[in-house]
Amino acid sequence: MDNVNIKEKPLLEVQNLKMFFPLIKGLFAKKYADIKAVNGISFSIKKGETFGLVGESGCGKTTTGMCIVRVYKPTTGNIFYQGKDIANLSEEELRPYRRNIQLIFQDPYGSLDPRQTVFSIIKEAITADRRPRTKVEIKERFEELMTTVELDPKMGDRLPHEMSGGQRQRLGIARALVCSPNLIVCDEPVSALDVSIQAQIINLFEQLQEEFSLTYLFIAHDLAVVRHISNNIGVMYLGKLVEVTSANELYSHPLHPYTKALLSAVPIPDYYTEQKRLQIVLEGEVPSHINVPPGCPFHPRCRYATAVCKKIMPELKNVSDNRSVACHNV
Amino acid sequence: MIEIEKKAAESARLLDVKHLRTSFFTNDGEVKAVDDISYYINKQEVIALVGESGCGKSVSQLSVMQLIQEPPGKIIGGEIILNGQNLLEYSPKSKEIRKIRGAKISMIFQEPMTSLNPVYTIGSQLSEVIRVHMRVGKKEAWGRGIKTLESVGISDVDKRMKNFPFELSGGMRQRVMIATSVACHSDLIIADELTTALDVTTQAQVMDLLLSVVKELGTALLVVTHNLGLVTRYAERIYVMYAGKIIESGTTEDILTCPMHPYTIGLLKSIPRLDVEQAKKLDPIAGDPPNLIDLPPRCTFLPRCQYAHEECRLKPFPDLRCVGQSQHCVACHLDLRSIKNG
Repeated sequence: MDNVNIKEKPLLEVQNLKMFFPLIKGLFAKKYADIKAVNGISFSIKKGETFGLVGESGCGKTTTGMCIVRVYKPTTGNIFYQGKDIANLSEEELRPYRRNIQLIFQDPYGSLDPRQTVFSIIKEAITADRRPRTKVEIKERFEELMTTVELDPKMGDRLPHEMSGGQRQRLGIARALVCSPNLIVCDEPVSALDVSIQAQIINLFEQLQEEFSLTYLFIAHDLAVVRHISNNIGVMYLGKLVEVTSANELYSHPLHPYTKALLSAVPIPDYYTEQKRLQIVLEGEVPSHINVPPGCPFHPRCRYATAVCKKIMPELKNVSDNRSVACHNV
Repeated sequence: MIEIEKKAAESARLLDVKHLRTSFFTNDGEVKAVDDISYYINKQEVIALVGESGCGKSVSQLSVMQLIQEPPGKIIGGEIILNGQNLLEYSPKSKEIRKIRGAKISMIFQEPMTSLNPVYTIGSQLSEVIRVHMRVGKKEAWGRGIKTLESVGISDVDKRMKNFPFELSGGMRQRVMIATSVACHSDLIIADELTTALDVTTQAQVMDLLLSVVKELGTALLVVTHNLGLVTRYAERIYVMYAGKIIESGTTEDILTCPMHPYTIGLLKSIPRLDVEQAKKLDPIAGDPPNLIDLPPRCTFLPRCQYAHEECRLKPFPDLRCVGQSQHCVACHLDLRSIKNG
C-alpha cells in the first residue's frame, strides 16, 4: 500500500518558481533592473521518471536546475521534495537533502579537479558525510561504483586529463551516485560528447535509472536526446514554460508555435523523411531578459500572433489530460 | 566517348585533393591527423565532410588553406589542385597563396568570437578583406561591405558596421563571418562546424542563409560537421572520415539509406532520432576512437567493429573501392551487402 502512495505523489514538485538576478549600477549598487532568468514555472516529476527540460540557450533551463539543487536560492516559489519545501531552507537545514539530490555537469573536464586522481575524486565524495570508515570499505565502495558506470577500477590512479571524454563523464556520474541519491539533475550531460560516445552514456543513464530507480531532471538543448530519454518534457522560452506534455505527444502533436518551430528546425538523419519535411524557420532572435516583450514573450517571432498576444501573457493551462500549453490560439 | 565525359568532368572540377597527408610531430611521436585522403568538389556543389572530433576533418581543411602551424604540423604529401593549379607548390607564406586564401577559397570557423578580432569594428574587418583582395579604395570597400552585410540579412547595417563583435549575438556574428567569406565572391567556401555553437533555430536560420547566398553567387560549399542530420538536409555528397582517413563516400542518399562501412552504420544507429518512438534502445559503437600516434597498419576501426573478421586483422588498411553505383565508395574488406542480406 505504501508503495502505491509514494508512486502517486510526485517526488519533486516545483511551484511558481522565480529566479531574478539583479542588475546593479553606480556607487551605491543601486538596482535598476532584474534579469528574469526563471519567471514563474511549475512542474512535477514522479519517482522513477525523467522530466526533460528543453529550450534554447539563455531560456533559463540551467538556472531552474541550479535552483532545484539549491546552488541558487530562488527569489520566490516553492520546491517540494517528497512533500517538504526546500526552497527557503538554510544551509544547515539543507544538509540531509543534499545527499538525495545530485548534479551532473555538462563539461566533465571542467567539473573534475585536474590534480586529483580518479580514486581521490570518488573518495572525497564517499567520505563527505564524515562517518568513520575503514580504508577497505572505501576501496570496496569505489570499486563498486566504478563497475556500475562501466569503468575499470584499475583506473584509480589516473588523472582526468588521461581519460577520454566518455570516461570522464562516466566518472562524473559515478561521483553523483556515491551517496545513492533519489533525484539527479543532469545539466546537458551528453552535449559535449561525440555521437558514438553520447549513445553509450544515454544507455548508461537508462540502465542506472532501472537499477536504482532514479529520477532525472534532464536538461538539454538537443531535442532528439531529450525525446529519447524523457517521459515528460517541458519546453522553455524566456524563463517560462510554454508547453508541458509526454514525450510522444509533444513530438507527434506539438501545439505551441514555438515547439513546432523548434521541432522542425532539428534535422533528422534519414534521407527520405528529411526530403518530405517542412521546415519552419523562425524570424529574429530571442529577446533580452531585461526587456521582455509585453504579452506573450514569443509574439514578436510568432506568425500566428494576434492583438491579444501583444497585450496579455498567456498562462500555462491544461488542454487535456497530462498536457498544458501557454498560448491564446490553442 | 569516355574521353569526352572525362574531360567534361575535369572542367567541372573546382578542387581536387589527392593523397593528402598531414602530420603533427609531437614529443610522443608522429600524429597522422590526415592520412592519405582524396576528395574532390565540383563547381557550385554542396558537399559535406563528416566525422567525430579528432578524426582529422578540420586539419584536412586547414591543410587546404595552408594554415597548418609548422612546426609541429606539416603537410607531408599529396596534391591540392584548385582550378588546375597545385597549391602545394607554393609555400604557405608566399604571395600566391595569400591571393588564393580568402579570395578564391574562404573559410568560416566554428567560433565566430575567436575568429573575429575583438578590438576592431565589424566594418573595418569586413572592408579590410574587400580592400586587400579586390584592390579597391577605403570608401569603396566600406560601401561594398554594407551591401554584403545587407545580403546576409542584417538590419540597421550602418550601425552594425560600427559595432564591435562582442555587441552582436552568436547568430549575428556568424552572419558577419558569412559576409566576410562571400564578400570577395570566392569559388569555394569551407564552413568548419559553422553551426555547432548555435541553437537549433538559429542553426536553421544561418544554414538557410548560407545556402541561399551560395546558390545566388554560384559558389561551391564544403560543410565540415559531426552532425549527420545537418548533412542530410543540405549536402549533395558526403565523405565520412574516421581516424584520419576517408572510410566512405557517396551521394547523401547512398550514405544514409545504404551505408556500407560498419562505422557509418554504427554512427547512424547511435543517433537518437526525433521521429522514432523512444522505446528502442540506442545501439552505440563500443569503445573509444583510437589514438592517432603509432596506429597499426590495419583497418583503424577494427577494435570497435562488430563485423570484424580474421582477414581484417591480417590485411593492411583497406583501400576505398567502389560498390554498386560508381559514386559510392567504401574502405572495408568485407562486403556488408552480403552480410546484411543473410
